[in-house]
Amino acid sequence: MSGANGVTSQASQQSHGGTLSLTLRIWRQDGPDAPGRFHTFDAPNISEDMSFLELLDIINERLIEGGDVPIEFDHDCREGICGMCSLMINGRAHGHELATTTCQLHMRKFTDGDVITVEPFRAKAFPVVRDLVVDRSSFDRIIEAGGYISVNTGAVGDANQTPVPKQAADTSMDAAACIGCGACVAACPNSAAQLFTSAKLAHLNLIPQGQPQRWERTEAMVETMEQFFGSCTNHGECTEACPKEISLDFIAFMNRDYVKAKIKNRKLTGQS
Amino acid sequence: MAPTATQAAGSAPVFKTKRPLPFPLNIYQSAIGRKWVMAWTGIGLLGFVIVHMIGNLHLYEGPSRMYEYAETLRDLGGGLLPRTLLLWIMRVGLLAMFVVHLHSAYTLKERSRLASERAGFVGGAKKYASKRDYIAANYASRTMRWTGPIVGLYVLFHLADLTWGWWLGDAYVRGDPYHNVVESLSSIPVAIIYVVANVALAVHIFHGTWSMFQSLGVNNPRYNGLRRNLATALAGVVLVGNLSFPVLVQAGLVDEDNRDCPVNDTTGLECLGKAAEAH
Repeated sequence: MSGANGVTSQASQQSHGGTLSLTLRIWRQDGPDAPGRFHTFDAPNISEDMSFLELLDIINERLIEGGDVPIEFDHDCREGICGMCSLMINGRAHGHELATTTCQLHMRKFTDGDVITVEPFRAKAFPVVRDLVVDRSSFDRIIEAGGYISVNTGAVGDANQTPVPKQAADTSMDAAACIGCGACVAACPNSAAQLFTSAKLAHLNLIPQGQPQRWERTEAMVETMEQFFGSCTNHGECTEACPKEISLDFIAFMNRDYVKAKIKNRKLTGQS
Repeated sequence: MAPTATQAAGSAPVFKTKRPLPFPLNIYQSAIGRKWVMAWTGIGLLGFVIVHMIGNLHLYEGPSRMYEYAETLRDLGGGLLPRTLLLWIMRVGLLAMFVVHLHSAYTLKERSRLASERAGFVGGAKKYASKRDYIAANYASRTMRWTGPIVGLYVLFHLADLTWGWWLGDAYVRGDPYHNVVESLSSIPVAIIYVVANVALAVHIFHGTWSMFQSLGVNNPRYNGLRRNLATALAGVVLVGNLSFPVLVQAGLVDEDNRDCPVNDTTGLECLGKAAEAH
């Protein structure tokens, strides 16, 4: 992929000189309870090889040079694996490029003269901290409720002591690809966190290591999710917005497991 | 910097946890469980819509066949049960499914509204200040909360029209469905209401049929493609079947010109009964 992108960017550098002039409408808000609004910034001479976050860096440098307060935005690894970057770009979570985080969205995907609107990820459970930064710690509450397995400590077990079926390992790995960025909640018209929670559940519930706490985990994580988020209506926006292409199938798996958990947890506690 | 205030705001639950009711009522207390119930009631209501549509095709066989179909519904259960008992049990079941489907839809919609509203910007009736660019959400999925109430109001209208005969007045003959349907649908405003409501119903079914598989967790990657096809097929069948009644009556292809029996609730019904027995 990167090789192919390198080729196209070289080709476009030859034809266009590799720079863009853009206009950005960026959401600015001084604090959680302050009213926010869009500010317009001109961004001339933007290299096509920059990522979207580097574009914001450039705007911030210019703001600092002019003595203004820079725009706050979340970012960390800038390699598309940490889940820290966010942003609604032109009405889409992580921008219009599918299966891509904002930090991996390159300016060559835009055209000269574009007006780009940037808003934070929004949901009641994602309060704005400042500008484009939102507090996504409600996801941590869901993980705390059951996103772990319990293992005995002590000497290291033998290799392959626990056989894991190949299919289960593969599907579990697909679910574990979730980086917890919150694009699913941001894209969801209902602000539901079904895709995140179902991915976190599936990556443990599918494999043998996750079985002892499967039903307890399912009930606890779903019910914690429901303290914060809306109700899924199966639009399918989440999976399209997801930079890791987590499948809607995991949501069905969670729904099935949740009703099963309601029954099984009674039996496990001897209430059959 | 004192970040604790905002961090606490992020962790504070948006919804309060209710005291759990005994099993199985606690399933309905959760949003996923409620959606599960919504799917099951949706299946029941969809089953009714399809059977109702197929049954109504007897209209095309003439007044006496339509009369026979209506009588058969009242006689369900044969000689084993009192007349109309089974029909009433089905009606009560249908009403219960309707009420539960409506309640779950309304409360879940409210939950989603509360989870999205005032999401960080003043005047936030909608979720984002800028325009959204939807990828997967289609017209049907985004209008469920409008097509649902339209169908609900239409059901009331439909009952008042053909079951209770409120505005057909003297033209309404209890026990002669063929006559009532033709009489009602030959009015242009009524025909328009039927067309609009049934388009809404088909749009509702188009998303609902697909959605119920997800809500129930019926998912198999090998057959997932068929779910959309089934939804399209069912919506199409219901649309064509239900629209055929107002359209064909308006076109004059279904009328009472060649009717053998008189239209009244005494000799007319007797005549229809005899014709039905002769079949």
